[in-house]
Amino acid sequence: MAKKPELLPGTLDMLILRTLKRAPLHGYGIAQSIKRLSDDVLTVEEGSLYPALQRLLLQGWVKAEWKMTETNRRARFYTLTTAGRKQLGLEVSQFEEMIAAIGRVLSEPA
Amino acid sequence: MSGAIRFMRKLAIFFGRKKFRSDLDEEMALHREMAAKELVAEGMRPDEARYAAMRRFGNATRVQEHSQEAVGFRMETVEQDLRFALRQLRKNPGFAATAILILMLGIASSVAIFAFVDAALIKPLPYKDPSRLVQLFESIPLGPRFHLSYPDYLDWKRANKSFSSLDVFSSSGFMQKTPAGLRQADGARVSAGFFRTLGVTPVLGRDFYDGEDAAGPARAVLLSYAAWQKRYGGSKAVLGQSVVLDGDTYAIIGVLPREFHFEPAEPVDFWGIEKPTGGCEKNRGCHNLFGVARLKDGVTFDAAMADIKTIAKNLEKQYPDSNRDQVAFMLPLTEVIVGDIRPILLTVLCGSGLLLLIASVNVASLLLVRAESRRREMAVRGALGASPKRLVRQFVTEGMLLASIGCVLGVACAEWGMRLLSELIPKDMMASMPFLHGLGLNGRVTAFACMLAVLAGLLFAFTPMVRLKFTEIREGLTEGGRGAAGLVWRRFGSNLVVIELATAMVLLAGAGLLGKSFYRLLHVNIGLQPDHIAMVHVEAQPEKYKDDAAQSALAREIARRVASLPGVQSVGITTKLPIEDADWTTDFRIVGRPDRGEHREAAIRRVTSGYMTTLKTTLRSGRYFTEDDNGSHQQVIILNKEFARQYFPGEDPVGKQLSFDDKNPPILIVGLIDDIQEGQLDAKPRAAMYGPFYQDANSGFEVLARTSQDDRTLLPAMESTLESIDPGMAIYAPMTMDEKIHDAPSTYLHRSSAWLVGGFAGMALLLSVVGLYGVIAYSVSQRTREIGVRMALGAERGSVYGMVLGEAGRLIAVGVIAGSAAAVGAAMLIRNLLFGVQAWDVPTLLAVALVLAFAAVAASFLPARRAASVSPAEALRTE
Repeated sequence: MAKKPELLPGTLDMLILRTLKRAPLHGYGIAQSIKRLSDDVLTVEEGSLYPALQRLLLQGWVKAEWKMTETNRRARFYTLTTAGRKQLGLEVSQFEEMIAAIGRVLSEPA
Repeated sequence: MSGAIRFMRKLAIFFGRKKFRSDLDEEMALHREMAAKELVAEGMRPDEARYAAMRRFGNATRVQEHSQEAVGFRMETVEQDLRFALRQLRKNPGFAATAILILMLGIASSVAIFAFVDAALIKPLPYKDPSRLVQLFESIPLGPRFHLSYPDYLDWKRANKSFSSLDVFSSSGFMQKTPAGLRQADGARVSAGFFRTLGVTPVLGRDFYDGEDAAGPARAVLLSYAAWQKRYGGSKAVLGQSVVLDGDTYAIIGVLPREFHFEPAEPVDFWGIEKPTGGCEKNRGCHNLFGVARLKDGVTFDAAMADIKTIAKNLEKQYPDSNRDQVAFMLPLTEVIVGDIRPILLTVLCGSGLLLLIASVNVASLLLVRAESRRREMAVRGALGASPKRLVRQFVTEGMLLASIGCVLGVACAEWGMRLLSELIPKDMMASMPFLHGLGLNGRVTAFACMLAVLAGLLFAFTPMVRLKFTEIREGLTEGGRGAAGLVWRRFGSNLVVIELATAMVLLAGAGLLGKSFYRLLHVNIGLQPDHIAMVHVEAQPEKYKDDAAQSALAREIARRVASLPGVQSVGITTKLPIEDADWTTDFRIVGRPDRGEHREAAIRRVTSGYMTTLKTTLRSGRYFTEDDNGSHQQVIILNKEFARQYFPGEDPVGKQLSFDDKNPPILIVGLIDDIQEGQLDAKPRAAMYGPFYQDANSGFEVLARTSQDDRTLLPAMESTLESIDPGMAIYAPMTMDEKIHDAPSTYLHRSSAWLVGGFAGMALLLSVVGLYGVIAYSVSQRTREIGVRMALGAERGSVYGMVLGEAGRLIAVGVIAGSAAAVGAAMLIRNLLFGVQAWDVPTLLAVALVLAFAAVAASFLPARRAASVSPAEALRTE
């Protein structure tokens, strides 16, 4: 079986922010959401997820709160902040620009 | 703005570290749990699911670390590393202490030596543009660095085109009148523009005026800063105060800056003006001055030298009597000041460099040894999840910690060492090397120390990593991970020790040669017997003792009175003592030989009949002086053997005649003595002649007395006797002949060189021995299992000794032999310092090699004994 494509570097932050834009989630939830929405293509390494979350917390793009889950367990839920929303917009537009540019290069007739 | 907020957040996390970690732990635990639940939902067994979730999650500790790193200060992890490093050092105090001690010694000696080199060679001289200053000499066949005469100076000054200013100085003491009587004061006389030429202005008062050195009463004097502090307590009221020097009253017109010093004339308290009114100054043939000049902008040294050489040649044509064979000579002032000590200092610097090399090699091998022993620990850490980067950082931190402790201690030690070294230099040496006053940790020296510290840190930090490859986890974890690579590195460690031993050998050989040379110097034949001789210098007032008759009468009275002191066997008087310099020369001609215009010059001394018997010189032919050899009889002279060798080869000069000039009658040669060493102990013999004191007396002379009792105790009696004869006489420099030899500059040079290199050699020996011990001990520790097996199979303890000592012996042999070869080479470099000893002196080399070998074998004995006392069962169990 071919190796699963790795997450493009630098896009993890963007994906987390986008995921949280829909709804506040805890760490596991974020990973599951990304996996599901990408049809199992993108797998977030837990080893990179939590450091990334801490980074986002430090920058002030998300905020975290301890809440109870449906199964009555304590979990830390992350919410997107206003600054995070702005940052998300920035990163998405940069990303789309990048994709368009790559696309232009690739679509040049042979 | 966001930067500040980020900082606050980081701070908050920093102070709530524990909570951060526990929160994250809980979060990750929940994550794993939920992942396991999902797997169970997919059909896995619960415990399998838990395992799978854990595996997929990965290394929790690593995640923790990364998360912390993402938001932590750089410092946090550094703090962790530091604490761990400290713990490691505490667990291995022997290793830490040894490494720190070695580093401390190496750095202390290097910094201290560098401070000396800096003070003497690197620190700029306290003049304006010192590279444009030169010192002027007249060179004569006897040597290149002789004095100028005053009329010659005026002519050079007038006629030259290369100097923006030309001045002169003469280093001559003054007799200062104090309430306690006449006392000698250090002084110099300079022409009026001297300080302006150097670019120095007084900090208090004024400099000499231009033209203040014209004929007329000289009444102004400048004070050196040290004299101002010492004699006048640094009081500003010193300006205008008067001092009586050499019978004249002078007014103090200014004080020179603190940093100012002028080594060719130092020590100087009073700077007076050189006037053309003195008896010597009026005579073109009387040379008592040195010149100092500043090159004009754009004029090169060689052009200026050619210029003054031409001027001197013209003067020679103009004044053939006085200036024959006198050639102008000049040297850059910086060269004159530091030229003499530069070779010594550079040698010493090399020595300390070698020591530092050995120390570094020692430390490096210690670190390698330790790294070896931690391979397994590193492998386990790696397996537990430490990233290679983190492990490297660990080693770096540990290395830097060791290095910084060692360096701080080393610099403190250097400061202490510098103070100690300054104390060891005798006071008058210090006075004539005034640049050493500012010795200490100045900017340059501190920069040098920092550079060493950084290098040491790099060495300590990165040497262990040469050996450890953090990705080879498996190799480290396997049994006795000691493959081919291990052997190579072990051999490398031993090779390093060989270098150390060789270096120690070089230094020891140097010390041995210098020591032997010093011994030879002290026992060289100086043509006299120096024991039991007490000497005092007398300066009678010239206006009171105007002529030969008065001076001779004074000398006779002094000789009579001193001879009557208890214990005195004989008394002699001379115009200049031996073991000084062979200056004070005179021209002469040999009667009966055609004068082909050759210039003949030899040293001359005026001595009484008792002088040679007091010194116990050896008479080769003819006779000594008698009381009849005075002004009313035939002029006589005694020659030394070198004189006879040069001018009367193969014949006995006694009975022949010399003459000084056409005006006076010829002088009869009545005696021939073995050379008295007039110059320094290691100087070559010079032609010298001795005339009777009473046939050309002087108001200043030396009184020598040979006593059957202790010579030191005779000195006060001599002084008080002389004072009672004429209290107006200046009496100073009381010393015994043994003291004079002991304190002579060349003696001092040889002695201090021997001691310095000896000190280095001692340290090198210590370091090499420690290094050898380390290598052998390590080798033994690696082979513990092998030894255990051997002994279990029946090997005797003796054979274990043999095995270990054999390995050590091989290293020692190679080191000593290589070192001996290098030692001979190095000795060739210092052969100028050696006296009476060849660079390849076999007995010295042999003795030194034995000392080193013995010490090294002794050092290897301890590990050998440990090896032999290994119990086989223990050894086999340690793996």
